[in-house]
Amino acid sequence: MISKKKWLSVPYLFWSGLFIIVPLGMVVYYGLTDRTGAFTLENITAIATAGHAKALRLSLLLSFVSTVVCFLLAYPLAMILAQVQVKRHNFIILIFILPMWMNFLLRTLAWQTLLEKNGVINHVLSFLHLPALKIINTPAAIILGMVYNFLPFMILPLYNALSKIDGNVINAAHDLGAGHIYTFFRIILPLSIPGIISGITMVFIPALTTFVISSLLGGGKLLLIGDVIDLEFTKTSNWHLGSGLSMVLMIFILINMVLSAIFDKDGEGSML
Amino acid sequence: MKKNKKLPIKVTFILTALFAALSLCGCTSSDKGVNGQVIVYNWGEYIDPETIRMFEEETGIKVIYDEFETNESMYPKVESGAVAYDIACPSDYMISRMIENGMLSEIDYSKMPNAKNNIGTQYYEQARGFDPENKYAIPYCWGTVGILYNQTMVDEPITRWAQLWDEKYADNILMQDSVRDAFMVAEKLNGDSMNTLDPDELTAAKNLLIGQKPLVQAYVVDQVRDKMIGGEAAIGVIYSGEAIYTQKENPDLVYVIPEEGTNVWIDAWVILKNAPNKENAEKFIDFMCRADIALMNFDYITYSTPNVAARELIEDESIKNSEIAFPDLSQYENLETYVYLGEDGDSLYNELWKEVKAH
Amino acid sequence: MKNAAKKIYIALIVLFLYAPIGTLMVLSFNASKTRAKWGGFSIKWYIALFENEEILRALFNTLIIALISSLVATIIGTIACIAMTGMKRQAKSVLMGITNIPMLNADIVTGVSLMLLYISLGIRFGMGTILLSHITFNIPYVILSVMPRMKQLNPSTFEAALDLGSSHLNAFFKVVFPDLLPGILSGFLMAFTMSLDDFIITHFTKGVGVDTLSTKIYTEIKKGIKPEMYALSSLIFVTVLTLLVLINLSPDKSKKEKK
Repeated sequence: MISKKKWLSVPYLFWSGLFIIVPLGMVVYYGLTDRTGAFTLENITAIATAGHAKALRLSLLLSFVSTVVCFLLAYPLAMILAQVQVKRHNFIILIFILPMWMNFLLRTLAWQTLLEKNGVINHVLSFLHLPALKIINTPAAIILGMVYNFLPFMILPLYNALSKIDGNVINAAHDLGAGHIYTFFRIILPLSIPGIISGITMVFIPALTTFVISSLLGGGKLLLIGDVIDLEFTKTSNWHLGSGLSMVLMIFILINMVLSAIFDKDGEGSML
Repeated sequence: MKKNKKLPIKVTFILTALFAALSLCGCTSSDKGVNGQVIVYNWGEYIDPETIRMFEEETGIKVIYDEFETNESMYPKVESGAVAYDIACPSDYMISRMIENGMLSEIDYSKMPNAKNNIGTQYYEQARGFDPENKYAIPYCWGTVGILYNQTMVDEPITRWAQLWDEKYADNILMQDSVRDAFMVAEKLNGDSMNTLDPDELTAAKNLLIGQKPLVQAYVVDQVRDKMIGGEAAIGVIYSGEAIYTQKENPDLVYVIPEEGTNVWIDAWVILKNAPNKENAEKFIDFMCRADIALMNFDYITYSTPNVAARELIEDESIKNSEIAFPDLSQYENLETYVYLGEDGDSLYNELWKEVKAH
Repeated sequence: MKNAAKKIYIALIVLFLYAPIGTLMVLSFNASKTRAKWGGFSIKWYIALFENEEILRALFNTLIIALISSLVATIIGTIACIAMTGMKRQAKSVLMGITNIPMLNADIVTGVSLMLLYISLGIRFGMGTILLSHITFNIPYVILSVMPRMKQLNPSTFEAALDLGSSHLNAFFKVVFPDLLPGILSGFLMAFTMSLDDFIITHFTKGVGVDTLSTKIYTEIKKGIKPEMYALSSLIFVTVLTLLVLINLSPDKSKKEKK
């Protein structure tokens, strides 16, 4: 092991204790009380009401689809990029992160301009005598927005993990008679698991609670769980219900923890 | 791997270059004025910055200006006391909430002659809806909520909320994506009050909105403006303050106040209870009520001003007498202003709105 | 053939990522304020931008906050990753779970809870509170970028260095650090990016008069976002891209000359 020194964990433990756990404690406090300050489980069980359950299902579905699309787009890309010479690494990283330096709201509004009925894309399509694209204000537009916004968070960890794989290992596999597909599934994919886990976490978890995308690109016709939490905090000022629902979402962190713990074992195992 | 060692240097280089470029312009002037300061919390882009500069020059009071984007994001910041603001400029229902929670300080009109004389009495009258004795709020901007439609995309004039339920316009309607404005439309259509808490009336309004949902192209807030200009939809629910601007950009657009009645909203200056610079706050608000200053702000914001003296100074007759900017409120019936419904009332509306949105 | 397909694939993804950026750049030259209509070519927003002290100051704040918060987050996050490799599996999973919390929580939940924390601690709201908040939500991105590299490390090289008489610190910087660097760098960049973009958490934890570009842009929503912001974004973008290309080209050339 690199280090068994316990004190190295002190800064982060302190930081997460003060700025994550203590505020989380406040969320829990609000989530488990009502306006009078009395203990209640209502804010938690509220997730079961028809509207909230539907919003949660929709959010899970859209985040899942977005994560899969991101993964399918990013994996081949990361593989191609990983073959580029080492000295270009940083340039590549920046190319994929640079679009995000433009404000999120401005970028999402730009997508509106592109996708709208009289938008840029439809102008181009009609110029080419092609049928118009009717995607704005549909769930597909929300997925597009999510994929657009989170794709770099999938590309970078995958690229990071894949570029670390020693080319000699792959060559050795080929020399020993392994085909491309076999090499991919037995060598490349298992070796990139830590990157896959990071990527999925960084796409799926934030996607679960986004809300601006659904209202700007989805036309506000679908209610996502992030919208509900936002509504409770900003419109109703019902921090109790908002906190309760947020607590429910933490279940997905637990699931993620368990899943990565399972795959982690494999990931480390394959290194030894 | 050797290459990578240069990396931090590269990044640092990029960033320092950026900073160098910036520090040339990043001049900070945070000195307190000779006569102290005043901390103002207003909507974004809701004042002509020149008026602030003039105020500072004339009074020697330094203005610390902060902006918010919704009433709801303003409230917890003020309430929590994270920052001790002197002045805020919330909307009607939010003011009534602040009054209810004892967050505001009473206005001393004797110290604010401009506020007393220049603001039209009809606006103070209207403000009684949320500030019954005109003790706390001085109207700054006002307007109505109405329908903006594109003449080329409809075959009859739109005059009523009911036409937003006409299947002809399916997928061509933009509704407001906010609880109160959406319910207001349905409640007015039913002939009810927009501040109703009657369960039957609310259920009726909710069912109307659910029924309308298949016809609605999108629920939007600020995007109505751009989408209507771009011809994305035929009909949209919009604030009157945007009407003049959108018409200028797209002459096919027409703004109407629906026959069933609508919401008259008022954004007003209030002084906060624990304002650290109360006297300066009074001076600031009074300065903003001066006719020439109010005119500058009207020109900048283009939302209707309640400042009668300023309206007199408007040179362009077409704007001065514009039915959109200055509708004669006495001509319309059923005009109402939102009031705060209490936490339970808000929760009730929100539950119903979520049902509409989740349907 | 295969190479061409690869290049086309990269080009398509880059096009996808840069399409909205291109749109914004075009809109920054739009004489009309609305994004829905082309009102003719104009550079007036660029002129207005340089006359607008507020925006420039917000830009300055934004960059300072992003730089400091991502640097601190990178240091804390990287150390945390190193520390975590020495931990037991369970402890590690729990800590990773905690790390994910700021990412999962809706920004508004994080923002409000941090605001309450600062009030209860009696910290004065200002630049400092923004920094603390940004560091907090930046750390997860650093950890998640460095972790995969960490797991792929070969511990024996580090031990070999120790066996050869290197000090711990020396062995770390000579052997481990270079291997981690790409992960650290992408973590830093992600943190920097997240910080640039954050709005809600900044709104709730900022002091009076301290604005970032995001808070400026969001407050403009009610009256319509002014194309000055498009102009500024385009300028930042072009500047960074130019620098990037220049820096990446120059060492290459020198190498070739040496050869």
